[in-house]
Amino acid sequence: MAFSRRNFLKYAAMSAGGAVLADTPFISAEARAKAEGGNVKYVPTSCEMCFWKCGAVAKVVDGKVVKLEGNPFHPQSRGKLCARGQAGIGQLYDEDRLKHPMILDGPRGEGKYRKASWDEALTLVAEKMKAIAEKHGPEAIAMMSHGSPGDYFTNVLKAMGSRNIAFPSFAQCKGIRDVAWELTFGHKPGSSCERVDMENSRVIVLLGTHLGENMHNSQNQEFAEAVSRGAKIICVDPRYSTAASKSAFWLPIKPGTDTALLLAWINIVISEELYDKEYVEKYTVGFDEVKEAVAEYTPEWAAQETELPMRQIVEAVRELCRYAPNVVVHPGRHYSWYGNDTQRARAVAILNALLGTWGRKGGMWLPAKAKFASFNDGNPAYPEASKPPVIKGNFPFAGGEGVTQALRDTTINGKPYPIKAWLVAGTNLMKSLPDQRLTREAIDGLDFFVAIDLFPTETVMLADVILPECTYLERHDGLFKIKTREAGVAIRQPAVEPMYETKPAWWIGSELCKKLGLKEYAVKGDGMDAWEDRMRRQAEAWGVDFEQLSKHTGYVTIPDSEKPYITEDNPPVFGTFSEKIELYSEELEGEGFDPVPQYEPVEQPPKNMFRLIYGRSPVHTFSRTINTQWLWELHKENEVWLNKKEAERLGIKNGQYVVLENQDGIRCNRIKVKATERIRQDCVYMVHGFGHNAPRLSRANKSGADDQQLISKYIEDPITGGTGMRVNFVKIIKEA
Amino acid sequence: MPRYAMVIDQSRCIGCMACVVACKRENDVPPENYRTRVLEIVQGTYPTLTTEMRSELCNHCDNAPCVSICPTGASHHEEDGTVQIDRKKCVGCKACITSCPYNVRYINEEHGYADKCSFCQHRLREGKKPACVATCVGGSRIFGDLDDPESEVSKILRRVGHRVLKKEVGTGPNIYYINQYPKRA
Repeated sequence: MAFSRRNFLKYAAMSAGGAVLADTPFISAEARAKAEGGNVKYVPTSCEMCFWKCGAVAKVVDGKVVKLEGNPFHPQSRGKLCARGQAGIGQLYDEDRLKHPMILDGPRGEGKYRKASWDEALTLVAEKMKAIAEKHGPEAIAMMSHGSPGDYFTNVLKAMGSRNIAFPSFAQCKGIRDVAWELTFGHKPGSSCERVDMENSRVIVLLGTHLGENMHNSQNQEFAEAVSRGAKIICVDPRYSTAASKSAFWLPIKPGTDTALLLAWINIVISEELYDKEYVEKYTVGFDEVKEAVAEYTPEWAAQETELPMRQIVEAVRELCRYAPNVVVHPGRHYSWYGNDTQRARAVAILNALLGTWGRKGGMWLPAKAKFASFNDGNPAYPEASKPPVIKGNFPFAGGEGVTQALRDTTINGKPYPIKAWLVAGTNLMKSLPDQRLTREAIDGLDFFVAIDLFPTETVMLADVILPECTYLERHDGLFKIKTREAGVAIRQPAVEPMYETKPAWWIGSELCKKLGLKEYAVKGDGMDAWEDRMRRQAEAWGVDFEQLSKHTGYVTIPDSEKPYITEDNPPVFGTFSEKIELYSEELEGEGFDPVPQYEPVEQPPKNMFRLIYGRSPVHTFSRTINTQWLWELHKENEVWLNKKEAERLGIKNGQYVVLENQDGIRCNRIKVKATERIRQDCVYMVHGFGHNAPRLSRANKSGADDQQLISKYIEDPITGGTGMRVNFVKIIKEA
Repeated sequence: MPRYAMVIDQSRCIGCMACVVACKRENDVPPENYRTRVLEIVQGTYPTLTTEMRSELCNHCDNAPCVSICPTGASHHEEDGTVQIDRKKCVGCKACITSCPYNVRYINEEHGYADKCSFCQHRLREGKKPACVATCVGGSRIFGDLDDPESEVSKILRRVGHRVLKKEVGTGPNIYYINQYPKRA
């Protein structure tokens, strides 16, 4: 085994805190438990309170999880967990969990269910799915998912012959950005985590990325480190976020005009010859075309468009260039803002390229060099898709994760063929997709709807059959390939046995395969150990020590995989057609889109209305954690941020409850006003995920207001299908 | 004997509340009670604003009013300089709560005694740092022994300007606030 040199150094650094307070060195979960004696057990595993997959260590006493700590070896957690990670125990022991399979006993939506055995529920699901596949074809069964359970049900659908599988993480989040960076660099900018070398950055530009509130563990550790080292933060955000409060430059931009700022910056970088000439020459194509295309985007023009002082625009970018290439314009994450978002992401990618940040210290590190042997445990290849899937809609660059609303549209209109059943696992579609009216219409028209989840959310409670998954602390998943600067492998394994009659998603998927007559796609073996046995075989195929992972460190490094910067013997590899960074995209041109981003103004709110923008709370993951005890206690309801002057003008006091009504006349639950200097006068802001309409979530139900309810309008990005969701306007109704 | 103190680098705090939840779990703090909190204090007018991220907890004062006012001796100093509560001696009279200028104590309603941050005394005995420090995502909370000149806290306080809360009330707090450490750029 053992530890890589890197891990050893981490350990050495941790215990260097002084003799008196040398923290108990965490060398091995098993060794630590032995040292403490008694009924203590430490279980290394992976968190799923969000999707950053931090390494966690569960302390279990007498069969109960009593504490969760960050795994010091895991590069995503580095010994620490965020508030949500710490509160995972609250999810595990939440009384409101789904406890046993349930079958709808009345009209859909009324929430009347009867308890069922697993055998009865799974038999019913398999019969319904078979009947629909026979009548309409397997493509009539669609799936939407988020998080670990998706893998197991993707397997079921593919085995049946359907490829109608989509994840909201694409069109409602980061897919747009990924496509733009693939078009430019031939690589995504990394998922969890983004490949930003913030630890070493001299200047960091954040466009709407509110680190601190957007709580991704290791990324925030690096951000704090950068701030402490004196790195300059340039924060572009209509709201004075936590990140803005750490910044040297806060640019309170007019919402929807970020691309204007970026194009003017590109113009300044080129016209003042501040770009990395050697790098641009060596690694890029299309420089002259970009130069020509951005010439019209002057700082004067951008100042007018963005409502930022011209001096601030110019000074910020000069500061950025002064320290290039040890700087980064953060690629961002949630990107579905205005419906022209691919081009904004392209502008960010181009700016990074001109500054030469890709493969440079403090910029974007290069992907870890590691090859994992392919492993599918001897399962047969999937049958061909019965019919071409509809998950790409009419979007030429929609990615493999699929466009959720394209599935929804086909479900409603039956074109080009009917979709009659949904299998939804781990995602609350009513809160993740824009325009809840359409989501509800699609569900109401289904012949069959099965939900697999932890909690009785508003979406789950519309299903015909509900299958209760156990939490991440009660199940195996993975093994996970972890790609940070180095490559590694992490494990998720149960700290305790599943509570109630809940089951791991792998088991549910596998049993479903058997009931569908697709046993060859099921997990080999019958018992509850079957998946763990499969993980052992996978570890062997990958050349990883399973005992080390499961009993000791929970994470192992792939040796020599870390080569973050460009050197003579580590040249960058760009996966584009030209094998260079494509500043000018012939691929986009070929489909009729602007090969260099051009500015398109977005619609502005009418008089007396505000643009609705939304974001995150550091203690919540979307709508998933609102009901979790300690997190709910800390942040029970969201507030609507309203500029203080606007509040005074409207005669609204700080802390007063109001109702918001959007352009379609839709009203949300009452919500408290935060009258603040921290936001522009033309927009209001609220944290996403609150305002559940789910009576069985005893704490979260009706707590705060639901931004997604007010997002009844969305504009699709024509390149990727991303749903621009910051295009809704609200007025404030005082009598709540 | 050590003399424990905490240094809080406010520039590193990102307001993520990991410390708050870690503390709640580690110490079984009852619902709606907290032993530590993080305040985000914003001043100025749009668009010229400043923020102070301020983590607050028991200051383990050298000259602790809660100790001098406690009628039963429940609130007391230990040899390591920390202020602790002997739960058996506490009668829940709330004198300490009213005397504390930092508003960091509460009554455990189920058991009737006063409670507050102990610097995770039980963890210190095992050689571990307090739970809030161990999980501090921004690396804002730094803990150690002021009697050890080589400890991180001693070194920081020698090098970097610092302040305490409500110095004027003369309680001799042991929570020190700094901004930007280490400042290397």
